[in-house]
Amino acid sequence: MMEVGLAHYLTVGAILFSLGIFAVMTRRNAVALLMGVELILNGANVNFVAFSRFVETSIDGHIMAAFVIVLAAAEAAVALAIVLAMFRNFGTVHVDSVDSLKQ
Amino acid sequence: MGDIVFYLFAATTVLSGFFVVFSKNIVHAGFSLMFTLFGVAGLFAMLGADFLAITQTMVYIGGVLVLVLFVVMMTRIPRQNLPKHSFDRKIPAGVFSVLIFAIVFKVIGGTEWNVLPVDSPEATISMIGQKLLTEFIFPFEYASIVLLLAMIGAAILIRERKIEDEEEVQS
Repeated sequence: MMEVGLAHYLTVGAILFSLGIFAVMTRRNAVALLMGVELILNGANVNFVAFSRFVETSIDGHIMAAFVIVLAAAEAAVALAIVLAMFRNFGTVHVDSVDSLKQ
Repeated sequence: MGDIVFYLFAATTVLSGFFVVFSKNIVHAGFSLMFTLFGVAGLFAMLGADFLAITQTMVYIGGVLVLVLFVVMMTRIPRQNLPKHSFDRKIPAGVFSVLIFAIVFKVIGGTEWNVLPVDSPEATISMIGQKLLTEFIFPFEYASIVLLLAMIGAAILIRERKIEDEEEVQS
């Protein structure tokens, strides 16, 4: 078995990213869709920190990952507020049912 | 020893990530997202990112995940109300995401990474603090503004609108 190195962490990040893409494309529940977005952001974060550990000498990757966490928290707060407003106005969180702008 | 711990965390992350994506029950998906985030925090700790591991646990699991579970509880609807898909999205989405993973995996394996010799990890908190207040001071301040705006925006979005009442009071 290979020694655990950069490629292993990048592979975990790629798996998380692909899973998130799949969730965003297939899930129709708005909250589950947000979980997919969180998976994508976590996959990117794993890559940032792995590169920061193995490739660069400074810790700029850590700072980038910290900003990603900050933006993910802000995004989750606003998006969940939108989901709640959607549930109040339409009575559903199913994204295919919310198509008033299409009609 | 470290390798075994890595595989443990990686398996936790990936398996619960699969469960998040494929679970029919949204509550189960939310709780397995917790294990995914814990696994990612463990990977951060393995990479010597102590500050990020703690931040991940506090912000994601203590904040975002609790928020997600609250919204899940407040918006439960019976399953039979859901409209049927016009066509099955799973196959094209599966092909697309597997394709993305295959491309990324090939790039990871085929690239000669300029890997530096790994030194023993040291505490990063003071280094991150110094960088945030010198080199990254503008992104740091912008992040605080973004958080403030997100907070105000979320509060405005979910407040009860009583426009008629306000107009009556004014007139």
